[in-house]
Amino acid sequence: MVNSKEFYIENFKTFVEKLNGQSKLFLHEIRKDALKQLAEMDFPTNRNEEWKYTNVSPILKQNFVPAVNTSAPDFSKEEINKFLFNDFDYHLLVFVNGIFSEELSEIGALPKGVVVGSLNKTAKDNPQLITAYFNKISKTDNAFNALNTLYAFDGLAAIVPDGKVLEKPIQVLYLNTSRDDLVLSQPRNLIVAGKNSQLSIIANYRGYGEKKYFTNIITEVFVDERAIVDLCKIQNESDKSYHIEKVQAHQKEKSVFNHYNITFGGAIVRNDINSRLDDQNIETHYYGLYLAGGKQHVDNHTFIDHAKPNCMSNELYKGILDDNSRGVFNGKIIVHQDAQKTNAYQQNKTILLSKTAAIDTKPQLEIFADDVKCSHGATVGHLDETSEFYISSRGVPQELAKSMLIRAFANDVIETIKIEPLKEQINHMIFEHLHRVEIVNSEESR
Amino acid sequence: MLSIKNLYANVEGKEILKGIDLEIKTGEVHAVMGPNGSGKSTLANVLTGNKSYEITSGEVWFEGKNLLEMDPETRAREGMFLAFQYPIEIPGISNATFLKTALNEIRKYKGEPELTPKEFLDLIKEKAKVLGLDESLISRAVNVGFSGGEKKRNEIFQMLMLEPKFALLDETDSGLDIDALRIVSNGVNIFRKSDNAVLVVTHYQRLLDYIIPDFVHVLSKGRIIKSGGKELALELEEKGYDWIKEEEVDTSTKLEAEKV
Repeated sequence: MVNSKEFYIENFKTFVEKLNGQSKLFLHEIRKDALKQLAEMDFPTNRNEEWKYTNVSPILKQNFVPAVNTSAPDFSKEEINKFLFNDFDYHLLVFVNGIFSEELSEIGALPKGVVVGSLNKTAKDNPQLITAYFNKISKTDNAFNALNTLYAFDGLAAIVPDGKVLEKPIQVLYLNTSRDDLVLSQPRNLIVAGKNSQLSIIANYRGYGEKKYFTNIITEVFVDERAIVDLCKIQNESDKSYHIEKVQAHQKEKSVFNHYNITFGGAIVRNDINSRLDDQNIETHYYGLYLAGGKQHVDNHTFIDHAKPNCMSNELYKGILDDNSRGVFNGKIIVHQDAQKTNAYQQNKTILLSKTAAIDTKPQLEIFADDVKCSHGATVGHLDETSEFYISSRGVPQELAKSMLIRAFANDVIETIKIEPLKEQINHMIFEHLHRVEIVNSEESR
Repeated sequence: MLSIKNLYANVEGKEILKGIDLEIKTGEVHAVMGPNGSGKSTLANVLTGNKSYEITSGEVWFEGKNLLEMDPETRAREGMFLAFQYPIEIPGISNATFLKTALNEIRKYKGEPELTPKEFLDLIKEKAKVLGLDESLISRAVNVGFSGGEKKRNEIFQMLMLEPKFALLDETDSGLDIDALRIVSNGVNIFRKSDNAVLVVTHYQRLLDYIIPDFVHVLSKGRIIKSGGKELALELEEKGYDWIKEEEVDTSTKLEAEKV
């Protein structure tokens, strides 16, 4: 068996053949650069400081066939319905193994000039909308990034011109699965919010079936002056899958970027969430919640790059780890010399539900300006026994008391989500994922 | 109703209760008074099953059942209730969800059907009125953003909702202003009936101006050193705790005599 790097480089020829005329597009030049990059670099190991606690060798032990080189199963609308978040209005886009499904999507009416759809189609029909951003916001940091770019083919394109506001959120279902081959699914997402524009995206990553697969994503986000972007990722891939995503945001003056990162699934999960605050009066909020059990490994690396003065960033990552699961949190904040009057806050809190769960948490603040307010904090603990006693002293069984405390712990992250029905559905997923007794809400009695 | 016999308990290896004997009958209100560190809160926590406390010897019988063999939730379902000195905040869980869960667990244990939403709502309205509580409290998260006084009032509200047989009030008066003290006491007085019992644990006498006890016990260094009627509380208020300690030996003999 060839090693994975050789395999992925070798498979590129098959991909090019399948592309037909599309190899003339600007995208292909970028792919060819990525091919060179991948040839020159190796996949990270634990010797690499950025990957110290996350061993990716299980991912590299098998060769996943890029989705573009294999066939994908057909899903009906009924079949995908159970994967969707419901009870609110949204524009729906569905990607199966990273490739847009026209039949399953229901985008609906959009404001004039707004493009929400397939990156592949946008690259063909309106390349001028994306050339200025594609692969320019994100730089290749590692071999996984190069691999995504090498096979960059499809994904979400959301291009909102100046002054346009999307009233409804966009729900993007990324359904990933292996059928004949073990599949490498590589969504490549581009979100561009013009000046004074506003949009909200729910990135809903789901897995299907019992076989292994590997999802390797890059999401680029450009938030222009005074634009507001909410990107809410809810990842519930299969327990056997591997999931890696890099989000790179670039923000301009007075813009707001809210990133929510909720992790349920995946055997090995790695998120790199990066924002460059490249102008004044920018706001960035990162909210994370990771729920892991079994032998799951969940690694969140965040990086907030304060390049200019008078900006604010706030980060809250919370996790609940059960069984033999392992968490990693690395929160990097750089405040450059120019970035005076920066406010940067970071918190990471983890609850361990078992004696064998563990987390490595590391704040990494590098401050070169002298007039800033920065703080960070990390706590690791167990469910509070006094609180548990309080609840059970009212007649509530201990398992349900624990569920209530888990719910209470997750609350300050869940509360930040703006779509009410989505909160409820995420709460439900928390108990389902951790195999915990569910709390029956009493809202009807109000 | 409740019979405590020669109860010893430790916290973090330190002996706090050193042989407590106490009999509480249906329809009675007892007050346990004592200086800080005398073991008042330990007694309340031990009776309701807080696992941070270790019972080293003794017996507690509740309605003819061995209380110490029960976990906290079973004690609650059997009819025990502790109004906490420091009530816990539970973000994300509304008072309605919390109370309905508790109430239905208790009813299930007794073989009673769950309350319908209307029955539950009517019960809330009735009990909230007693305490002058705004009904909107019910949709707020348990104790989150409540002032000290509101938390204490919410404890009494929970007590009224759950209708236990035996209610323990742990320093419920601490942190209450005089108006809140009146409201809370009024709730307790409405609660007390011929078929239940109350044990008030307090440092100060002032709560006992409003909740008149049938018996007052003085706790010192983990033992009840003096018992008497409600006038004992007034005496303590006047003279402090020191005078009793001197007659300690005397009292324990007297206690034995009373029990017979």
